[in-house]
Amino acid sequence: MKKFDTKVQHLKYKVLREVAHQAWNDTLLQNILGIPHIIVPGKTSTMRCCVYKERAILGERVKLAMGGDRENPNVIEVIDIACDECPAAGYEVTNSCRGCLAHRCEDVCKRGAISFDHNHVAHIDKSKCVECGACAKVCPFAAIVNRKRPCQIACKVKAISINENNAAAIDNNKCIQCGACVYQCPFGAISDKSFILDVIDLLKKSQNNEKYKVYAVVAPSISSQFVYAKLGQVVSGLKELGFFTVIEAALGADMVAMSEARELSEKEFLTSSCCPAFVQYIKTSFPALLPHVSHNLSPMAALAKYIKETDEKSKVVFIGPCTAKKAEAQLETVSPYVDAVLTFEELQALFDSKDIDITALNEDVLDNASYYGRIFARSGGLSDSVKQALTEQRIDFTLKPVVCDGIEACKIALLKKSKNVLDANFIEGMACVGGCIGGAGCLTHGEKNKAQVDEYGREALEKTISDAVSVLK
Amino acid sequence: MKVTVCIGSSCHIKGSRQVVEQLQQLIAENNLGDKVELGGTFCMGKCQQGVCVTVDEVFCSVTPDTVEEFFENNVKGKV
Repeated sequence: MKKFDTKVQHLKYKVLREVAHQAWNDTLLQNILGIPHIIVPGKTSTMRCCVYKERAILGERVKLAMGGDRENPNVIEVIDIACDECPAAGYEVTNSCRGCLAHRCEDVCKRGAISFDHNHVAHIDKSKCVECGACAKVCPFAAIVNRKRPCQIACKVKAISINENNAAAIDNNKCIQCGACVYQCPFGAISDKSFILDVIDLLKKSQNNEKYKVYAVVAPSISSQFVYAKLGQVVSGLKELGFFTVIEAALGADMVAMSEARELSEKEFLTSSCCPAFVQYIKTSFPALLPHVSHNLSPMAALAKYIKETDEKSKVVFIGPCTAKKAEAQLETVSPYVDAVLTFEELQALFDSKDIDITALNEDVLDNASYYGRIFARSGGLSDSVKQALTEQRIDFTLKPVVCDGIEACKIALLKKSKNVLDANFIEGMACVGGCIGGAGCLTHGEKNKAQVDEYGREALEKTISDAVSVLK
Repeated sequence: MKVTVCIGSSCHIKGSRQVVEQLQQLIAENNLGDKVELGGTFCMGKCQQGVCVTVDEVFCSVTPDTVEEFFENNVKGKV
């Protein structure tokens, strides 16, 4: 079964796997320069103009796998030499234009930007065009295309521009580290920094969890991942890697749902704080709304805090679908609790770096949270849970949520709120479309993901949030 | 006295919530709230023997059916 959506992910995985493999064997420093050659041997190029460029880019990928540029605070980085400088000229007439008589393109253009040559073929005057796209919509031959870079299309917060070398450049003041560009760049020229070496170091130095215990906290979206194996086998695999135990971040979500319900009833309006990219978006683009952001830690941080408080000799590694969590873990409010963050992509690389075939392992158990904590992984789940938490705590407050599925929907709701025309008292903001299951660090994204999360939710032993959190007092 | 109940996945499935709830009740009924500190932890490494409970670091294997007996012998009797 296919482990990844794209070949770009597979390439990134191969680098991570090799770097991790060398790190386990304490041979990374001596072999580091040879890694590109291990991945691209021989003389025939398969991805770029020549093997030398392929290896040069792989060298950059190795750097990212080792944590990337320490000077750059952003966890998302552009690999300049990997950027293929895609066309970005905007609306252009292609040679599919047949020079027809109707000239709908001309009629629909309100700016008078379209003219015709002696063959009646359309041309767009860039000085007049405002990129509205009306001409492209009416052309019966689909002859007008919008040449935009996939990274810029992916970046809904408009943090990507083109630098003087014609490569993509990220504005750190706008970037919310959601990773949409990472997943969408067809050349794999934008990547998230990996902390896989920090995790290996944590595991090694724990000396089989004797010095301290390494806890793996896994996001509920894992239910839609590693579908070639059973979830219980993933848990066994994590223990095989050296983790002391595995806990559902969804238990943190249960904790958050309870306190979010209370905070909401007190303040009467809240925006959620679970999605770090959404919170970052409010910081960068709607700072006036910051007082409305829930004061709750995210489920990851809330559970990690609980672990640190109950076991002083603990280290916490969060494993999820999210690149923005890597940034969240560096926040002052979160860094005392979360020691490292891995994506599911990186976990796959980690398994394979130790030749752990999870399909051959016995099934361990994973059951800490309620249905409601688990459905945080998909859009709408958080609102459902807060509603349930209000009921369970007998709080007399009518929830009126606006469920924002993706950062564009978040923008609309935040704009309305900033103009005081939002008819809701709770904004559930998830930067990725579909919620966490749409995260950039997922192995695969599919139609069934939401159903898989709901199914996993229903399998939870505890049916109410109160029951799930009752053991925590 | 510190009583710690494992609330990790394996023990949870074997009934650690019921164990915690019963212990909370028994501690309250016997007015031991100021003498017994009840806490949770995720995994004691003895999943086969769950629900795992420690009383001042001494390990005990408990089930929801044996909580009362455990409480009488290991908590109430020793506090």
